[in-house]
Amino acid sequence: MDRLGTFALALSLALAVYGATAAIVGVRRGRPQLVESARTTAYSMLALVVAANLIMEIAILSNDFALRYVFENSSRATPVFFKVLSLWSADEGSLLLWNLVLAGYIAAVAFRFRRARPETLPWALAVMYLGQVFYLVLVLGPTQPFAAFAVAPPDGRGPLPLLQNHPLMAVHPPFLYLGFIGFTVPFAFAIAALVTGRLSDAWIRTVRRWVLASWIFLTIGLMLGALWSYGVLGWGGYWAWDPVENVALLPWLVATAFLHSVLLQERRGMLKVWNLSLAVGGFALTTFGTFLTRGSILSSVHSFAQSPVGPMYLGFLVVVLLGGFGLIAARAWRLRSEARLDAVLSREAAFLGNNLCLVLITLVVLVGTIFPLLDQALTNRQVTVGEPYFVETTAPVFLVLLFLMGVGPLLSWRRTSLDRLRDRVAVPAAAAALTLVVLAVAGMWNLPAALAFGLAAFVLVANGQEIVRGIRAFGRATGRRALAPVAPAVARDRRRYGGYVVHIGLATAAVAITASSVFALRSDVTLTRGQSTRFAGYSLRYVGERTVQQPQRRVLIADVDVSRAGRDAGDVTPSLNMYPSASEPIGTPSIRYGVLKDLYASVIAFDDSGNRATFRFFLNPGVMWLWVGFGVMALGGLLAAWPPARHRRVSPAEPPVRELAEVSG
Amino acid sequence: MSERATSESTARHPTRLGGRGRGAVWIPVGVVVVIVALLAGLFAFGLGRNPTVVQPVIVGKVAPAFNLSRLDGGRTLNLSSMRGQVVVLNFWASWCADCVVENPALRSAFQRYRDQGVRFVGVSFEDQSGTARGFAKQMGMGWPLVSDPGTNTAIAYGVTGVPETFVIDPDGRIVAKTIGPVTYSVLSEQIAHAMPGGA
Repeated sequence: MDRLGTFALALSLALAVYGATAAIVGVRRGRPQLVESARTTAYSMLALVVAANLIMEIAILSNDFALRYVFENSSRATPVFFKVLSLWSADEGSLLLWNLVLAGYIAAVAFRFRRARPETLPWALAVMYLGQVFYLVLVLGPTQPFAAFAVAPPDGRGPLPLLQNHPLMAVHPPFLYLGFIGFTVPFAFAIAALVTGRLSDAWIRTVRRWVLASWIFLTIGLMLGALWSYGVLGWGGYWAWDPVENVALLPWLVATAFLHSVLLQERRGMLKVWNLSLAVGGFALTTFGTFLTRGSILSSVHSFAQSPVGPMYLGFLVVVLLGGFGLIAARAWRLRSEARLDAVLSREAAFLGNNLCLVLITLVVLVGTIFPLLDQALTNRQVTVGEPYFVETTAPVFLVLLFLMGVGPLLSWRRTSLDRLRDRVAVPAAAAALTLVVLAVAGMWNLPAALAFGLAAFVLVANGQEIVRGIRAFGRATGRRALAPVAPAVARDRRRYGGYVVHIGLATAAVAITASSVFALRSDVTLTRGQSTRFAGYSLRYVGERTVQQPQRRVLIADVDVSRAGRDAGDVTPSLNMYPSASEPIGTPSIRYGVLKDLYASVIAFDDSGNRATFRFFLNPGVMWLWVGFGVMALGGLLAAWPPARHRRVSPAEPPVRELAEVSG
Repeated sequence: MSERATSESTARHPTRLGGRGRGAVWIPVGVVVVIVALLAGLFAFGLGRNPTVVQPVIVGKVAPAFNLSRLDGGRTLNLSSMRGQVVVLNFWASWCADCVVENPALRSAFQRYRDQGVRFVGVSFEDQSGTARGFAKQMGMGWPLVSDPGTNTAIAYGVTGVPETFVIDPDGRIVAKTIGPVTYSVLSEQIAHAMPGGA
């Protein structure tokens, strides 16, 4: 088993080396059949990496504890569902999955450009293969997922309790991996454009949809991570500015910036160096993220991933940064902007502002994340940078971003006349003003929150208005009425409508984030059996403790009756889970999800054989809308990324071949 | 601001235009190199600080006494009863991967030295006795195994994790300590060193 797995990985490595070499030699010597073989190598390499992953899954499912990884991350009592997840519950296995996703992306690129080849394809393939070489060397050298014992122990240790406590573990890491690794594609094509000197907009058009796909995966991954944190960890929140959360947010911010700034290059020929830098920076940030989480340089709740590969990641990061930004620096003099900003009141200006804000937030979060390291290097103190820093520095920029998100869609390209702007801004501005009045009347006055709510209302109405306006105009032009023009109008301009939908989702999420961070209530209380406490208008009565024995753990459940204004409102059942391999219990919160607010209960400890229990209760307003908002954002992204109907497909990457074919046919 | 006419040809073929030639390339490239070097230095510093290097201060001291009950029930095992013999004291657990790794080395050393008056003792560390017994049987740990309720003995020996292996000489002094899996050659050397007449 172990030999087979290692063999599959070694063969994959050979193929990756071959792919990179063949692509480079082929394009330099002008031998297209060599480039073609580099392209098709992607399929066989993917098959081998799939095989390595399957071998590991089979070993886990068949309790092959002779494999160290299986021993450390699975056990006979582990439910099958969590056994399957064990593939990515620790460093070595998750690197197998990482290799799988990367090989998948290379194969997808090879397939996508099987007929129409951008001139940058050979170099892009070579760059991606080289990335794969690095990750394959990692699993063959310093971290060996297939390392085996001389004697097989009778049973395994089982996954870390925290990781087998909730099914969300199943989907959160794969989505983040899909998002992270997707950045390899824009990076590869940017490097290819730099190397070949084909610095027109072609690479932008080639990668736009790939970046969008990464962005969608990251959006979903971030949401699932927040959902896991909220529903599993029991501290009442969904985002802790933990270094590992931050490094997942950074590429998302850069991808968001890129998706806006490419429009400026496509339409106006502006921001060429900037876009290349975002592509390189986004990939460097994902590499930095892996380095941070797996290279064990910063302490974090995610420190389950400790391994001796730090120096290798550091080397890879240095190569990426030097290669990427070095090439940009060397080529910058060829990348003059074709246009300047015509007017401040223009779509371009809003996009520029958006990019400045996003990159500013990226830098601020990055500095906060690595500051403990910097500080220790200079003063030899150990500090941590907490939530207040991140909130106080990023919140104002996020508010500016919200404003731009509302006003940007109202502005025209090049310049907007004041009259036109006044006409378009009237309704959204009225909505924002109305929101402020309602907040003041309701007595919920808090300046930052009021600003956020007002701006969110502005964004929601402005983007909604633009959707309606666009569809109506299309309906008038084509003589369709009522809802008839919706589908064809959206189909004609998916990118635009997708963007509006994303804005609406983000504004919704902004409302939820503001409400839950400004207006949340919390109470820590110890109750004896039968005793009640009042909290946020609820009456909470501790009924008692009961124990449920499950194969892999013992669950101590606290039954708490909830009533409100004398009426029964169900119950909450927070619990503590005792795993044999953990000395400390792992809590599971119990949440009564509501449209406007969640009642969130954690049990901290039981005393006196269950007669007393210590609870932590939270009232979290608006959290439901965070999930809704993120869902809407992902849908908007999907709408923008959806390929146009086949018969009208005019992908900019394809014309040369197709036009030739039409001419000759 | 005025409209600024842009020439498409300028944009498409900017290579030969402008006063800046290749000479100017090295300035931005140099800036990139310096910044990346600074960052790399910082991260390398982060990798460099490793707090896991431990000084085994216990080596040379008298081994803390213990009287622990056998894993398979019944009698107890007292360290003082083994005075006059070399003792290899191994802290282990069924959930510990490195204990599986060192198992063949321990068994080989046990086979070689059991008839030379060397006593092997395995102290089960934070484990469930049933699981520990099953593990010991499967792994062929044929030497006496004891449980350590409350982890008191492990604390007395300053054990920070498993496996850790102590070699105690006939006078009851600790002469060697290994953190992590032992190898056959190192353990043999430590035992030989502890035996009467050993250097």
